[in-house]
Amino acid sequence: MPDKPKVAFYWCASCGGCEESIVDLAEDILGVVAAVDIMFWPVAMDFKKSDVETIADGGLLVAMINGAVRTSEQEEMAKLLRRKSTLVVAYGSCAHMGGIPGLANQFDREQIMKYVYEDSPSTVNADHARPVPATGNGGPTLPAFRSMVRALDQVIDVDYYLPGCPPVPRMLKAAIGTLLSGKLPPKGTVLGPDTGLCEECPRKETKPADLSYTAFHRPHEVTIKEETCLLAQGVVCMGPATRGGCGAQCIAGNMPCTGCFGPTSRVRDQGAKILSAIASSVAAKDTEGIDRTLATIPDPVGTFYRYGLPGSLLRRKIADHN
Amino acid sequence: MTTTAEQANGWEPRIVAFFCNWCTYTAADLAGVSRLRHAPNARIIRVMCSGRLDPQFVLDAFARGADGVLVGGCHPGDCHYMEGNYKALRRVRLLERMLDGMGIHRDRFRLEWISASEGEKVKTTINDMVARVRALGPLALPAKFADWDREMDELEHAVAAQTEDVHA
Amino acid sequence: MPTGAQQTLPRRITIDPITRLEGHGKIDIFLDAKGEVEKAFYQIPELRGFEVFSLGRPAEDMPQITSRICGVCPTAHHMAATKALDDLYRVDPPPTAKKVRELIYNTFMLEDHALHVYILGGPDFIVGPDAPKAKRNVLGVIETVGIETGKRVITMRRRLRELIAHLGGKVIHPVFGLPGGVARGVSPDEIPALKSLADDAVAFALFTLEVFRKIVLANDKYVALITSDAFTHHTYSMGLVDAANKVNFYDGTVRVTDPSGKEFTRFAPGEYLDTVAEHVEPWSYVKFPFLKKVGWKGFTDGPDSGIYSVAPLARLNVADGMATPEAQKAYEEYVATLGGKPVHHTLANHWARVIEMIQAAEKIRELAADPLLTGKELRTLPTEKPTRGIGIVEAPRGTLMHHYETDEKGLITKANLIVATQNNAGRISMSVEKAARALIHGGKVDDGLLNKIEMAFRAYDPCNACSTHALPGQMPLTIRLRNAAGDVEKVIER
Repeated sequence: MPDKPKVAFYWCASCGGCEESIVDLAEDILGVVAAVDIMFWPVAMDFKKSDVETIADGGLLVAMINGAVRTSEQEEMAKLLRRKSTLVVAYGSCAHMGGIPGLANQFDREQIMKYVYEDSPSTVNADHARPVPATGNGGPTLPAFRSMVRALDQVIDVDYYLPGCPPVPRMLKAAIGTLLSGKLPPKGTVLGPDTGLCEECPRKETKPADLSYTAFHRPHEVTIKEETCLLAQGVVCMGPATRGGCGAQCIAGNMPCTGCFGPTSRVRDQGAKILSAIASSVAAKDTEGIDRTLATIPDPVGTFYRYGLPGSLLRRKIADHN
Repeated sequence: MTTTAEQANGWEPRIVAFFCNWCTYTAADLAGVSRLRHAPNARIIRVMCSGRLDPQFVLDAFARGADGVLVGGCHPGDCHYMEGNYKALRRVRLLERMLDGMGIHRDRFRLEWISASEGEKVKTTINDMVARVRALGPLALPAKFADWDREMDELEHAVAAQTEDVHA
Repeated sequence: MPTGAQQTLPRRITIDPITRLEGHGKIDIFLDAKGEVEKAFYQIPELRGFEVFSLGRPAEDMPQITSRICGVCPTAHHMAATKALDDLYRVDPPPTAKKVRELIYNTFMLEDHALHVYILGGPDFIVGPDAPKAKRNVLGVIETVGIETGKRVITMRRRLRELIAHLGGKVIHPVFGLPGGVARGVSPDEIPALKSLADDAVAFALFTLEVFRKIVLANDKYVALITSDAFTHHTYSMGLVDAANKVNFYDGTVRVTDPSGKEFTRFAPGEYLDTVAEHVEPWSYVKFPFLKKVGWKGFTDGPDSGIYSVAPLARLNVADGMATPEAQKAYEEYVATLGGKPVHHTLANHWARVIEMIQAAEKIRELAADPLLTGKELRTLPTEKPTRGIGIVEAPRGTLMHHYETDEKGLITKANLIVATQNNAGRISMSVEKAARALIHGGKVDDGLLNKIEMAFRAYDPCNACSTHALPGQMPLTIRLRNAAGDVEKVIER
């Protein structure tokens, strides 16, 4: 009886939602555990880091790693799993592009540290104590925090990506099938359809060929009609610049797409693309009129790069000379 | 400010200029033919229309080492394709705000309307932009990326205790 | 690993990573020369910085941004954020919107608690704390309880989560929350299926209590473990209660009782800063909330220590009872069996959690029968200028507080989050250390024993990604070298 293929799941700077998406295979998970041996999955199983270290290099068929990378510990675990595994899948938006925690790349470390440990309204810290990484004296240690958030492929070599915040169980199931089949797609493939979300959106019939805006509406300012394209209603929707495959869940919830699947393979920087699409649809032709309309999008970086800031072309805010 | 070290190293601003075929690129040709001398720091890329400017081009230029990006197109109303330059203007206005949010100084990115006969304007625009970017110093994103990524080489997490014996 | 020939006892034992919980963590245990525990640290090594990278964001994005603090309890953050937005814009949702929110929320409480009972913490009891490592998980649970029961659990959670996805767009990181309402509602033709699901949910919750009675309460060793001193701490308790002082997950007043069970204080969300403060320690990235009026006295129990407890154990302590009949019955049995209130046995959290499952299920049934649920009014559009908003809910893992301040355009200028498990950080640290001290002698440890130490935190169903939403970042310029006692031995400046 041949050994079952071995797999591992791990989380870096993660919220655990990707883990939940695996559990959301629901009844299908029984088929998965029959087909593979899960060697490491901290949320659900008691295998420890030392257990991973005893696996032969390349002994795992695939390690599915979710979460962005922010600490030295996460880098170590990513590198360890890379060694122990034939294939690595960057699972979920954070591993794929940096994710929502990637928004921290707009701020610098000290600002964050000072607020959290000193200035926040509920913090009481007369000694100005701060968490201290390795003490080197046999005391408790904490990993180092890096200056910025990284996507997984900025730390280790990645074979495939499963997009989404989190990925949908249907696509995970298909990905597992693909990986077990031995018929592997080209390295670097994002395991999902390569068309935009608008293609599969149930409201696409109501999306006009030409959009023309005098103002955008933030979702809380208007009652969103349930059967009409959100862009047609003046609400910023990331659909045009986002890869499909999710079934347009957020639209089914009557809220706009926020871009979690990242772009299709033909786009390098998702935020820049949606910026282009949205801006070019402004009606005004003069600078003042254009600015007035665009002012109704108050936070371009947070809106267009909600999930992809570390993976974007610029990666992070810099302190340029002023 | 450009540091003296950077001056000493002979750093020169590198500007990537996207000029539209019908107006600005023609004007640049005119400047050349007219022997108008301007700073040599701009690498000119011809696009058919300023409306062809994909914001990704701008970001990619910065990411690959450009210190400044200049966009040149036809004056409003004169676009060869009617509406292209309006689209460029709209994209540029939003891109400027986005670049603000990412800390890139406004002087590094500029949109200018330059018609085919305005060779002189090509010269003054390029000279002015090079001067401003020189004053700001290099953006040097590739070097910054490499520098940031060096932090991952530091074996910070090492040092588990010398007396570490039992791992569960 | 110690070799057979090793003469000296281990000085330090590390459990890395801790498992079967949400989030990252490790436990570092320091032993003295005799192999007895000197000190143990429950450390959380992760952070991301939500309070700071939320700056400048439109406030209406916060329900979806903060839900990424935790993908196991995203609905809790989404709801706390949504209520903070109600407060921010001073807008009251229409009754139907509140019913929809409560329906989603109780469904979430039920499925998330079920996750912990059967998948996260449950294996410790169902399979056994000393069971082989490879069996101490959901697969071992299914082996023990049988595939039919296993499928029942999986299918029930799937159906509940599909309901949340239906009403909220997605189940992991829902999208329904808006100031003054919800994005979409329930139509009357959905009610029959909903009622059927609700009935099944109540049956499932009661079934879970039966499983718990059979496997845990009928086992003397487990009961001894639960009531043992090693796993007991006498702290204050905190939780939301409704107008009748009954447990409520979605809304109410925050009530705090002292270790003897007397009400110590109560506050509305807007006043939380008068009662709650956070303390910083150098060996963990989590901050430790404590009661301001009592003060931070270190990691100790008792009425003079500001440490308090949240989540099921605490909620059942602060309330006068449950809000639904079957849950109330179960609650009365719980109190009687454990010798009265307040209950300070940490492992009793598992039992209290099951009782809350029953209330959540009964609430779903109540709401399914409520004609207001299918009303057409889903939104009250904001008209006031936003300034400051505070929203509090009971997350499965404890009291969750979201506090936002914005400019006139509704962009975040300040955010402060005190997050569920974080409230338990002090008590969890004490629980882990106490369990380690009680169990480790002569430096002898094995996998089962170390797992029992992990059980000390697992009872709280911690959500470590939640508790460390914050981000410290850069290594400071001063390094304090501490010995195992935590005392500063040497200071290095760089």
